[in-house]
Amino acid sequence: MENKKGTAIVVTSGKGGVGKTTTSANLGTGLAMLGKSVVIVDADIGLRNLDVVMGLENRIVYDIVDVVEKTCRLKQGLIRDKRFEKLYLLPAAQTRDKSAVKPEQMIELVNELKDEFDYIIIDSPAGIEQGFQYSIAGADLAIIVTTPEISAVRDADRVIGILEAKGLHDHRLLINRIRPDMVKKGDMMNREDIEDILAIDLIGIVPDDEEIVISTNKGEPAVIEGRSLAGKAYMNIAKRILGEEIELLDIEDDNEGKISKIFKLIFGK
Amino acid sequence: MDLFKMFGKKQEKSKNIAKERLKLVLVHDRSDLSPRFLDMIKTDIIRVITEYADIDEEGLDIKMTRMKRDGDSRPMSALVANIPILKMKNKN
Repeated sequence: MENKKGTAIVVTSGKGGVGKTTTSANLGTGLAMLGKSVVIVDADIGLRNLDVVMGLENRIVYDIVDVVEKTCRLKQGLIRDKRFEKLYLLPAAQTRDKSAVKPEQMIELVNELKDEFDYIIIDSPAGIEQGFQYSIAGADLAIIVTTPEISAVRDADRVIGILEAKGLHDHRLLINRIRPDMVKKGDMMNREDIEDILAIDLIGIVPDDEEIVISTNKGEPAVIEGRSLAGKAYMNIAKRILGEEIELLDIEDDNEGKISKIFKLIFGK
Repeated sequence: MDLFKMFGKKQEKSKNIAKERLKLVLVHDRSDLSPRFLDMIKTDIIRVITEYADIDEEGLDIKMTRMKRDGDSRPMSALVANIPILKMKNKN
């Protein structure tokens, strides 16, 4: 076993349905595409989903609870991705509940994984209870996913508060499902609005994109094909995790040309 | 039909409504302090300040908020007090 000492990143949000699992799948795959060894851990025990998003649902034998309870060895629990040889999934248990894993067990598991992988991506369940608590236990960095809606931003704020209280000070914000057309009309909060309110650093913005639905249908994270805006946005975020300085995608700025601005000025519309 | 729009009668943008509502709700969310505790702090502050100045007790506002720390811009909680001073007392 080589001594890698990887980095553990928890993807969390408070609110459900904002794109944690999609984000985990895409960032993990993106990092693997950039040559890193990665394991994505599905910490949503009882509501397993990362397997279908990654297209690996047919390969599951053991799961995270088996590993933690030592019913199987760590290596047996890991499922290798079909496309990238340095990418692995540790699936959640489907027939257990969140009391099956304790924070201390998670810390031990993450430490073991750190010896073998460059990055450990932990897909946290929604909420701030047990499942969230053990998900953040072993993490070095938290990516907080939000959408530009009041409810999601409010929950993100709550999560940031808890992370701070727990001593996890390294956290970055990911704004998902931005709709440039609505931002332009002033009907959706933009990046600055949300950054301003939450007072944490941004790691990236991901546009609302039909391709995400399509790629999830196929079990193939959008970052692989890479042509969609969301896929590009996720690849950029993966690069930022590696420390590259990449400009934000130009998806929510008022990027209409001068002529159309003048046109608007004259004709009001 | 779009006449109002054309002549620049502005309707409040819904994102601004969202921002305002969010800011208000977060002030409450962020204060782990119970209202009773906050009241106790308030009373003590009034007691101390009134030794040095006459203040507008009605206008006194104290709340929890989050801001970026100077230096490393790490987010932190802050207790922000707004204390309207009517007149400083002569303490010589």
